[in-house]
Amino acid sequence: MTTLTRATSDSATMLGRQLRHLLRYPSLTLMFAGMPIVLLLLFVYVFGGAMGSGLAGADGGRAEYLDYIAPGIMLITVAMVAQGTAISVATDMTEGIIARFRTMDIARVSVLTGHVVGTLIQTLISLAIVTGVALLLGFRPSAGPGEWIAAVGLLSVVTFATTWLSVALGMLSDSVETASNLPMPLMFLPFFSSGFVPTETMPTGLRWFAEHQPFTPVIETLRGLLMGTEIGDSAVLALAWCAGITLAAYIWAKKLYNRDPTR
Amino acid sequence: MTQPPAPPAITATGLRKSFGDHVVLDDIDLEVPSGTIFSLLGPNGAGKTTIVKILSTLIGADSGHVRILGHDLDADPDAVRAAIGVTGQYAAVDGLLTGEENLMLMGNLHRLGRRRARRRTAELLERFDLGDAARKPASTYSGGMRRRLDLAMTLVGDPRLIFLDEPTTGLDPRSRRDMWDLVRDLVAGGVTVVLTTQYLEEADQLADRIAVLDHGSIVAQGTANELKRRIPGGHIRLRFAGTDALEAAARVLGGSRDDDALTLQVPGDGGIDAVRTILDRLDNEAVKAEELSVHTPDLDDVFLHLTGHSSTDNDERKAA
Repeated sequence: MTTLTRATSDSATMLGRQLRHLLRYPSLTLMFAGMPIVLLLLFVYVFGGAMGSGLAGADGGRAEYLDYIAPGIMLITVAMVAQGTAISVATDMTEGIIARFRTMDIARVSVLTGHVVGTLIQTLISLAIVTGVALLLGFRPSAGPGEWIAAVGLLSVVTFATTWLSVALGMLSDSVETASNLPMPLMFLPFFSSGFVPTETMPTGLRWFAEHQPFTPVIETLRGLLMGTEIGDSAVLALAWCAGITLAAYIWAKKLYNRDPTR
Repeated sequence: MTQPPAPPAITATGLRKSFGDHVVLDDIDLEVPSGTIFSLLGPNGAGKTTIVKILSTLIGADSGHVRILGHDLDADPDAVRAAIGVTGQYAAVDGLLTGEENLMLMGNLHRLGRRRARRRTAELLERFDLGDAARKPASTYSGGMRRRLDLAMTLVGDPRLIFLDEPTTGLDPRSRRDMWDLVRDLVAGGVTVVLTTQYLEEADQLADRIAVLDHGSIVAQGTANELKRRIPGGHIRLRFAGTDALEAAARVLGGSRDDDALTLQVPGDGGIDAVRTILDRLDNEAVKAEELSVHTPDLDDVFLHLTGHSSTDNDERKAA
């Protein structure tokens, strides 16, 4: 058996393990969808009236604001699941089962790819729930089937990047508590982007940060695909960020996994 | 005609390992013959688990050379991994999966194919008495069941060499005996076992050879009987009502006295004859003992004798 087919078959086995975990504890996936839904309700019904008229003038309201923040809420969902991944990787690393895997003749990276692909599936499920709720609340995207497929593709690419990053963060943590805190910035980054208010309304320093951080081009591209706004060079920037983060995080995660466990 | 001896399962020379400036292993040499049980005996922190981690490819040694089942550990770790099985101190099972799923996971990772994996799983569940719990999550298992599942998972790939790192620590006496029987069965089937333990009795029951480990060095090596001969026998402890009686007894029996506790420790193996002799001699002098207790040799005696400190000292020093 070649190294590649071996890595694939071992990764498939590990993915099977992750999917069983998901099936056994569906409450976890629901929790990851629950938090963004609470934020969605909060932003639409508490802030939505004022924000909507600020955004689109006197005739703007909740409905306009819901359309505006939906992409940001989707990214919060992605970040939320990423945080869960860091926790589950850190938990996994403290369990004897990982030591067992390390002493077996299997493709080493398969433990990690199992986590990553499992998280990707979990994220897509959570995103479907969150988007469903947004549609129920009155989210009215203008996207056709092609744009929807592109949007799902983009969200998957982003998830891939954040998941490899959170896998690395999960392994970096020496405890489950640290693992739940390390990816925190990921949760907050969508707020410091064009996700909830236009960056022009921010003070200069913050505005510079918001316009140059990776989540902004992702949100702009997503908004463009779903709502038909201008995309410009955001798509290229978004994909470049994702590719860079994925590559760096993958190398980092692999290195962390292969180091001597000190425990 | 004698058969040529089988090549040893493990040959390790000059193993050293430090974590920072803390020396964990200091020049360890080991040779484990095929088809035997080899026990590493020592208190917590002696370096037993570190040896197992190095030999099972989990961590690297700072220096030294190891060959396992004919493979060089550094040059070809995957070949070593393919031939060994490890059952750790903390049960290495996936608590979220059922017993059956855990075994199937191992079957898939060993690439047995679906049908063979199923057959092997059913066989092991039966053999390890886990049939009733097969479809329950492993997190609901008792300590003994988890250890059995752990060992069963190790056996899925038919390893020729198995590391058992403190397989019975924390188990109740019955589960411990069950585990011992399982280990004996394995060796009867031709497997080599490396067992770490802090219990002299366990090494005594199971091991063909024992290496006593202290502060990262092997302080003694041999069969259980060879080691026991090196350990002075136990002692008999007598307590008296007053200093006069203690005085009289010490005159007759010798031994070491503790005037505060009013006790006298007399060396002896604790056998009935030894106890009878002591009591007869006390009777002859009309000295009456209030209390008698027999102390048989245990790991502490081994340590006291071999290293000049007790194993609990060692724990305290580690904690400090």
